[in-house]
Amino acid sequence: MGKWTRRAFITTGVLGGGALLVGVGLRMGNRNEELAPLVAGRGEQLVNAWVKIGQDNAVVAIIPQCEMGQGAQTALAQMLADELDARWEDVSFMEAPAEDAYANWSMAKGYALAGVNIPPILEGSVNGLLFQATKAMHLQTTGGSLSVRSTGVYGMRVAGAAAREMLLAAAADAWQVDSAELDARQGRIAHRASNREAPFAEFAAAAGRLSPNAAPTLKRPEDFKLMGRSKPRLDIPAKVDGSLVFAIDATVNGMKHAAIKAAPVFGARVAAMEDKAARQMAGVVDVVNLDDAVAVVADNYWLAEQALKSVRVTWSETDNDDRSSEGIFKQFAADMERDRAGGTSTEDLARGDAQAVIGNADNVIRRSYRVPWLAHTCMEPMNALARVTASGCEVWTGSQNPLGFKHAVAEALELEPERVAIHQHMMGGGFGRRSRPDVAIQAARLARATNLPVKLIWSREEDVRHDFYRPAVLSEFRAVLDERGNPLAWENQFVDKHEPVEAPHIPYDVPNQYVHFTDSPTHVPFGAWRSVDHSQHGFFTESFIDELAYEAGRDPYEYRRDLLAHLPRHRAVLDKAAQAAGWDQPLGEGRGRGISLQQSFGTIVAEVVEVTVADGDLTVDRVVVAVDAGFAVSPDGLKAQMESGVIYGLTAALYGEISIENGAVKQGNFHDYGALRMDRAPVIETHIINSMEHWGGAGEPGTPGSAPALANAIYAASGIRIRELPISRYELVPNRA
Amino acid sequence: MIELIVNDQVVRMDVPPDMPLLWVLRDHLELTGTKFGCGIAQCGACTVHLDGSAIRACVTPVGSVAGRRITTIEGLSRGDALTPLQQAWIAHQVPQCGYCQSGQIMSATALLAQNPNPGDDEIRTAMAGNICRCGMYGRIHKAIRAVADGAVAIWDPAAQGDAREVQHG
Ligand code: FES
Ligand code: FES
Repeated sequence: MGKWTRRAFITTGVLGGGALLVGVGLRMGNRNEELAPLVAGRGEQLVNAWVKIGQDNAVVAIIPQCEMGQGAQTALAQMLADELDARWEDVSFMEAPAEDAYANWSMAKGYALAGVNIPPILEGSVNGLLFQATKAMHLQTTGGSLSVRSTGVYGMRVAGAAAREMLLAAAADAWQVDSAELDARQGRIAHRASNREAPFAEFAAAAGRLSPNAAPTLKRPEDFKLMGRSKPRLDIPAKVDGSLVFAIDATVNGMKHAAIKAAPVFGARVAAMEDKAARQMAGVVDVVNLDDAVAVVADNYWLAEQALKSVRVTWSETDNDDRSSEGIFKQFAADMERDRAGGTSTEDLARGDAQAVIGNADNVIRRSYRVPWLAHTCMEPMNALARVTASGCEVWTGSQNPLGFKHAVAEALELEPERVAIHQHMMGGGFGRRSRPDVAIQAARLARATNLPVKLIWSREEDVRHDFYRPAVLSEFRAVLDERGNPLAWENQFVDKHEPVEAPHIPYDVPNQYVHFTDSPTHVPFGAWRSVDHSQHGFFTESFIDELAYEAGRDPYEYRRDLLAHLPRHRAVLDKAAQAAGWDQPLGEGRGRGISLQQSFGTIVAEVVEVTVADGDLTVDRVVVAVDAGFAVSPDGLKAQMESGVIYGLTAALYGEISIENGAVKQGNFHDYGALRMDRAPVIETHIINSMEHWGGAGEPGTPGSAPALANAIYAASGIRIRELPISRYELVPNRA
Repeated sequence: MIELIVNDQVVRMDVPPDMPLLWVLRDHLELTGTKFGCGIAQCGACTVHLDGSAIRACVTPVGSVAGRRITTIEGLSRGDALTPLQQAWIAHQVPQCGYCQSGQIMSATALLAQNPNPGDDEIRTAMAGNICRCGMYGRIHKAIRAVADGAVAIWDPAAQGDAREVQHG
């Protein structure tokens, strides 16, 4: 338990009015390598979580994570309140403001101005590392399923526990008793011997003057009161009556509306523009050439869209005007072939000597898989509202990285970062897309060009055609089985490696493994898509291991299980899914089950998918999920994330394809970039295993296993092996979007 | 000048008759609970009621509904009291990001108004026009089912996986 408390430091202060403020700094296990040297070198850390206890006993958890629907804010508040022994009804949260950037010295300065006494230990961080780190990383990112496993474990719990200890010490002092005689319970402190009791608030000011314990004792799981319980999410009531203000709903006085069309081919620019008709339309304010896009600013959005349609743009020619999906996949294959022939690929993982085993074997099993680009299609189309005045720029938007947006907008407008304010809104979906600041920059440029507040909304077509796509990948395998049918050698070569580094690696005990990759860049912009590289490699590796099981004449569940003797957690998750699904119960004609196992973002997930394939029509009947995230802070929240991740993954597996034609994206809206809908959605059951091992993430790990489990089920049901996504290519899926 | 009855209020506006109802609601009447998701009647985010039936506001020219009764998510509840469906949405912890949910609730409300006790397949078919990119179809279905079955919509942690399956590993 001491492992992470050593990695954190704690600071306190007294707010005006006698409220206690406790902050926790921590060294995040951030996957961003740029940050590591800054943190490691200086012994300084990032301020990451705060708790405020007011005189009314109200507990406010100040949370640096953004809400895009995953329920992270409620779970984080639960973690803090539990360690504090607060009464849940007294707990509320606020999202850390981005304009006084959290994890940034200006936030701390803001508190200083409000009367907080910043201890020397924090000042060092505030002025040194935090400033540098902020500048280098613009770090306030929600992604990597980090909320609970990093902020929560290392920040919120420590902040709550430290505050609790200080309140107890202050009470002991006030009552002249030993603090060991005191209990904290439901937001009150009680003295066992005398039955004396008082609310936390009574001791908040005194507690704020104490030195915090650098390593407060955290609760043992058996003492958890809030963690591990499903609490109604604090953000949900505003989401059932239309009152929640998403960024797309934000308004300011005098605001105008903008519609935009960007160059269809990535990298093209505006060569010529004919906008006379648009400018003559009543209510049109301006037509703005943004170099790689054209926007119309008007009195309302519909008018802006209508006017935009009348603007004739000639786009510059680029080297990519003749690129197509098939051409790019041919390029992948040729580059991989070249690397294979020349031995010039990059090694990713080597164990034993897979190449020698394969080279000497008579019977080599070879398979090739591929997946296309994918768009995110967040339900809320991309948008931002911006206002530029003499004092700076304000942007209202939903961002997975508000601090990064602030710096990106500042750079684009050549402003000092302090002069950019991001007003963060809850997001109508993020999935990785809202970590990119492109639309915020466009809105800011339009606001400056017109000298008016401008709300820019992308059409769905813009959203589909100008995403940062999940990259298309070609992945090839070779394997040799031993006399019992177990894999003796496993070789995998694929194009382009991104994050997380372990995504292509298998958990199975295979003595000879060689994983390598070939760089084969394309002009298509790419970025993080829910579960990042796990979404592609989960499909590849879990399909191939399934094929090996069938080649060996073995049951695909038993086959995996036998190769997991060294990983009991993985095996327990796999077993749970198989048992809950009734793996050994035969299914009728045309029906089949498929299984998958994938560890991602610290969480292990097994999925069993049941399908029916009849008359060329595929139905996904049921998905059983077993998940070990270490500990489920909010079981219902974890289940919701699994349901969500599974549907996201199935949608992509069934329908998801972004294709490139003449250098541009062909699809444009939900009619040709389809989504799974309720009429074809399976029943999903989730089974939680609390192994109490390292706590993992929730937002992403449900996604990667659903495509391979589905493909494996289709094979079991029909003998059709899916090696290319989406499955709609196989004419099993009636092509209704 | 176009006249509409929106959430029981008569409103008159000087807007072009071919302007979609969605943008009239959002940009003119500042009723932003109705969402834009696709603009081509594919996603259901913009669902409102026209005389009690669900329609897609993004493809409904405002001129075509002049003088008719429009209900939006803001007009669904009477005063502060949430409708049973809205309560069920909370009880079943339906929303993730929440962006699609105005449309989902409007579609579900229209369904139950026309068919108070739909079968499971009828629910699935009736709701197929509403996309939820957060994938909350199972919860939406359960919430509708609960109201159709007359279940009292109260948050019950015990029914929501509160049981802790602790396994020390
Ligand atoms: S916005 Fe109207 S159906 Fe999508
Ligand atoms: S709750 Fe996010 S789209 Fe439905």
